[in-house]
Amino acid sequence: MYQSFQEIIKLEKDTGKSFWEIVRDNDCREMEITEEAAFQRMQEMYEAMRNADASYDPSLSSASGLVGRDGEKVASARKNGAMLCGEFLGLVMEKAIKMGESNACMKRIVAAPTAGSCGVLPAVFLSLEQEKGYSPQMMAKALYVSAGIGGIIAQRASVSGAAGGCQAEIGAASAMAAGGVAFLLGCDAETIAHASALAMKNLLGLACDPVAGLVEVPCVKRNVIGAVNALTSADLACAGIRSKIPPDEVFDAMRSIGRMLPEDLKETGKGGLAATPTGIAFRDGLKTF
Amino acid sequence: MNSFDIIGPVMVGPSSSHTAGAVKIGNIARKLLGAPVRKADIFFHGSFLATGKGHGTDRALIAGLLGFPVDDTRIANSFLHAENAGLQYCMSGIDLGDVHPNSVKLLLEGDDQRKIEVVAASVGGGAIRVTEIDGLPANFSGDYPTLVVSNLDQPGHVTEITSMLSHKSINIATMQLYRSSKGGNAVIVLECDQEVPETAIRWLAHLEGILKVTYLGLQERESE
Repeated sequence: MYQSFQEIIKLEKDTGKSFWEIVRDNDCREMEITEEAAFQRMQEMYEAMRNADASYDPSLSSASGLVGRDGEKVASARKNGAMLCGEFLGLVMEKAIKMGESNACMKRIVAAPTAGSCGVLPAVFLSLEQEKGYSPQMMAKALYVSAGIGGIIAQRASVSGAAGGCQAEIGAASAMAAGGVAFLLGCDAETIAHASALAMKNLLGLACDPVAGLVEVPCVKRNVIGAVNALTSADLACAGIRSKIPPDEVFDAMRSIGRMLPEDLKETGKGGLAATPTGIAFRDGLKTF
Repeated sequence: MNSFDIIGPVMVGPSSSHTAGAVKIGNIARKLLGAPVRKADIFFHGSFLATGKGHGTDRALIAGLLGFPVDDTRIANSFLHAENAGLQYCMSGIDLGDVHPNSVKLLLEGDDQRKIEVVAASVGGGAIRVTEIDGLPANFSGDYPTLVVSNLDQPGHVTEITSMLSHKSINIATMQLYRSSKGGNAVIVLECDQEVPETAIRWLAHLEGILKVTYLGLQERESE
């Protein structure tokens, strides 16, 4: 996978290929598969996201009892027209919460890039597909753009909460989604890069401080901010706003912040929200074997 | 790395290390036993012990022992499936000492009185390492066909195994040797690039000084 936006932007200029094709071509070389097989596989990922969204079960709570059943609350507020954010953003929020809850309740999801952040991409893409009527092929192309961005982040920084904090999970997912949205809106590689950099900058330094060490609090609800932040960042970039810090440098900053974050804020369940009196009480009340 | 390391895997949540990794450990332990599992004593260590209930690590491990893949929606109800499949299990905590925090020890019994003891760790992103087999150290990922040969610590066994693999045109990816004491029990772990045929494994098992041959194939071989 590519290690910088610069490489992809240059390839787009030199070859005339689109961001998603550049990422797919690289997959074909690395996996030794045809363009058709590579594209087919990404379409399957998108359909797996769609199925995961459709199979949300509003009656489920997680084993710990900490999360579950909130997706329906968002759904009914949206359907009643009670949401300040409106119908479209309401749908994005609803899908993000639902997917996070499905993950916590042991349903089948697509890690993108991680299980804890699995709600961001589907919330953004499935809602946009419905809103704008994009074809499933177009959505698979957008997923390729997101994958390419995730590859850059994984190599320049990290896509693991244990290594980089939540900026590397919800932050990475948000940056990946932002680039995908910019692509769907018809933007070039440079604008895609800036959409993802703008999204990342908003979430730099985000702690990974899960209560009782579980992928539940605050993970499920953070999928909402990852999704909404992706949309606002894509809108900003498509309006012509640029990150004053070049995109590749933004992800280098993410790496150095990840290294500076104390271990207590990197998925150990020891700091932040996990270390509050209520967080500790939840942990102590959990059953073990 | 490719796009599907970023978008994917399709898995049952909530955690790649505590859920998908636990399924994979169960899958690999089952293959190492070489027969359907009838009885399993499971000992959780560290973070697996502390957060395993909440992450469904217990259900994931049983699902793995039943042979379910990481995206199988039956994982959440694996206890019920274990009952139907006649798999008895017992779970408890253990302190395995200075090992990876996501470690588990398994004592498995299967048909034909087969038994195996496995210690494995889920090392992140759904990847795992087997760290001990039958009390002797090991270190492999389960991503390659893996041959584990318990033998007496005496000259010649490495040559016997490597000659056989060479004869079958099987390339060795990695090779490890461990022993409990000089002249005592030893173990040879080989990760291979190709599958090792069943006949070759049987031939090895009958050699003088070879105590037990365990094979992890990437394809299921339930008929063995």
